[in-house]
Amino acid sequence: MCCCTNLSEGAKAKFAELDAFIDGLGIVADDERRRGRLIQVLHKAQAIFGYLPREVQKHVADKLILTEAQVSGVVSFYNYFTTEPKGKYRVDVCLGTACYVKGSERVLQEIERVLGVKADTVPTADGLFSISALRCVGACGLAPVMVVNGKVYGKVTPAKAVEIINEYKAKG
Amino acid sequence: MSDVTVTINGTKVLVPSGSTILEACQKLNINIPTLCYCKDLGCGVANKPASCRICLVEASGIRPRPILVPACATPITNDRVEVWTHSQRALTARRTVLELMLSDHPKNCLTCAKNQDCELQKLASEFGISEIEFQGEINRFPVDDSSEAIMRDLSKCIMCRRCETVCNKVQTVGALTAYGRGFKAKVGTASMIPLADTSCTFCGQCVNACPVGAITGISYVKKVWNAINDPSKTVIVQAAPAVRVAVGQEFGFEPGMPITGKLVAGLRALGFDKVFDTDFAADLTIMEEGHELVERVKSGKNLPILTSCCPGWINFIEHNFPDLLHIPSSCKSPQQMFGAIAKSYYAEKTGIAPKDLIVVSIMPCQAKKYEAARPEFSHDGVRDVDYVLTTRELCKMFREAGVNLANMEDEQFDSPLGKSTGAADIFGVTGGVLEAALRSVHTMLTGEDLSGDAVNFRAVRGLDGIKEATVEVAPGLKVNAAICSGLGNARKVLEMVRKDPNRFQAVEIMACPGGCINGGGQPFLHGDRSLLEKRMAGLYAEDANKPLRMSHENPEIQALYKEYLGEPGSEKAHHLLHTNYHQK
Repeated sequence: MCCCTNLSEGAKAKFAELDAFIDGLGIVADDERRRGRLIQVLHKAQAIFGYLPREVQKHVADKLILTEAQVSGVVSFYNYFTTEPKGKYRVDVCLGTACYVKGSERVLQEIERVLGVKADTVPTADGLFSISALRCVGACGLAPVMVVNGKVYGKVTPAKAVEIINEYKAKG
Repeated sequence: MSDVTVTINGTKVLVPSGSTILEACQKLNINIPTLCYCKDLGCGVANKPASCRICLVEASGIRPRPILVPACATPITNDRVEVWTHSQRALTARRTVLELMLSDHPKNCLTCAKNQDCELQKLASEFGISEIEFQGEINRFPVDDSSEAIMRDLSKCIMCRRCETVCNKVQTVGALTAYGRGFKAKVGTASMIPLADTSCTFCGQCVNACPVGAITGISYVKKVWNAINDPSKTVIVQAAPAVRVAVGQEFGFEPGMPITGKLVAGLRALGFDKVFDTDFAADLTIMEEGHELVERVKSGKNLPILTSCCPGWINFIEHNFPDLLHIPSSCKSPQQMFGAIAKSYYAEKTGIAPKDLIVVSIMPCQAKKYEAARPEFSHDGVRDVDYVLTTRELCKMFREAGVNLANMEDEQFDSPLGKSTGAADIFGVTGGVLEAALRSVHTMLTGEDLSGDAVNFRAVRGLDGIKEATVEVAPGLKVNAAICSGLGNARKVLEMVRKDPNRFQAVEIMACPGGCINGGGQPFLHGDRSLLEKRMAGLYAEDANKPLRMSHENPEIQALYKEYLGEPGSEKAHHLLHTNYHQK
């Protein structure tokens, strides 16, 4: 059953994109291995929607012939998945060991201060930024590291972080 | 498989290769504490995530040096394994595990519904825990009492995940999942929504599986006491078949022994104005459902007929098989038939206004609480069944009032809703409803009663999850029947029906594995599934001991039809005793 009946055109297009991806996987109802596809599908869904609200989780459950509870359990387990909307620019600050000893906590505090929101909570009021604290992005040589929408910035200081934020702010 | 010798605390024992250390210890009667491990949650499904670590033992012969391993999940595959179940290292580790668990567990045992019936509390007592060294953060979650039947207090959850296994693997309901990660992880619902908004059927098997007080029933004991003590109300009670073979266990009787007369005496002692029998309504159900079965078999339409006495199962089909909602029998369950008759026939007979007549049910079941609250079962704000108590809640009332069933003399049910035949008693066990129906259907079709041993349809008996039988209900008329218990089995049978609608003509389905004897409101089995065999034997003994064995022989049922309903399937009977189902 599809849950995308009363949706805007934009949302419909997103669900269609997700369906095309899932249909390409060739899920078979009585093949237990379909559960193994779940994380892959959730990654795609989050890439399309930006986050995984209940409607999307239900949709994924229906398409993979799983229960909503099974999908929700996996979403809740992995920090990567989020059920809350994110800002246009996702600012991730690494608090892994190497970055931490090189002062990434101060970087994070400064970003939180200038944007006025805390990490892993809500996006800024203008919807432009959301902040996440994460553990090790595998770029310890560049510590401390921040990542904006997948672009990695190395050897960041609090002042440099503010410059980077302002660049994105200027882009709008 | 070959056998291997394992040495446990210096004693050698021969076990099949691949046996777990726990199984080997059980062979030697050595007790190892367990929490997450459960050998059989129903339908042979075990829970052994080996996550709680309370069963740690010290073992050599597995790694170069002796190590701590979980006994429940460590197989023995060679003759070199030596195990110490209570070495200092093992006991210290277990104590640490338990103290860590307790450090994140509320200590309000005195006010917990599971007080004295809690496996964690029992371990704390056995381990002699006098203080908890670890002080730290404690998880707090809001209590979920969104449904009429099941209460979840996740602050008490110890993440054994038995409930999740029983919900997903045994019942295939899929309402529960492990939610979150690490310290904050608990068993929850999808997106932690209230249970009432999920596909939960309220079968209550999770309640039975929970070793602590994280999942319990919603209690109506206080409301029932208030009703009993309200002089403006007449309070009548009905007790389901499966209650009489389970309640004795709590008062020192042989498990499974039917103690119907003492149950009646106990209920009267609590202050109920009249003590009636759900068995009476079960006989009534057979009259209506038997009639329906005969009609459908004759016309060949809407087959197979599915039994509809079990509200957990009805919830299941409403959630999962909306395309099949035309085939369950339209009969209300015995509980609701009793309520409907009590608030019409009995109320009129006695001149009591339905709003002043309080109907209380004693049920082996959690889903009955939900069923009684369904909007179609109340009229002008007056429910047909006002309150539902489980067998366990009734035991608590008995204890609170100082009523010890062991000291009671047998008493009889009141009239006119108290007489029953043996056919009604067996409603409480898988296969019983179908057998009861077959007994009367034979008479409906041939005009002749079965006699002697012919009333016993042994082919449909037994605790197997799915049974199939072909029964000759009248000369030359054979009915293919399926009987299943456990919702996972129900799913399998319904898929068979979807594939081949002509395979069966009659299907009996019970949500709980084994039927109501294993209901979500029954005294806990605590892992001893042999109790189910005993409860089953108790019901068949009760049946065999009744002078009347066929529902249509019940004189009170005959009077009800004569005075009030007319014929089975009459307009009045339809109005009072039948219902319909809705997609959820």
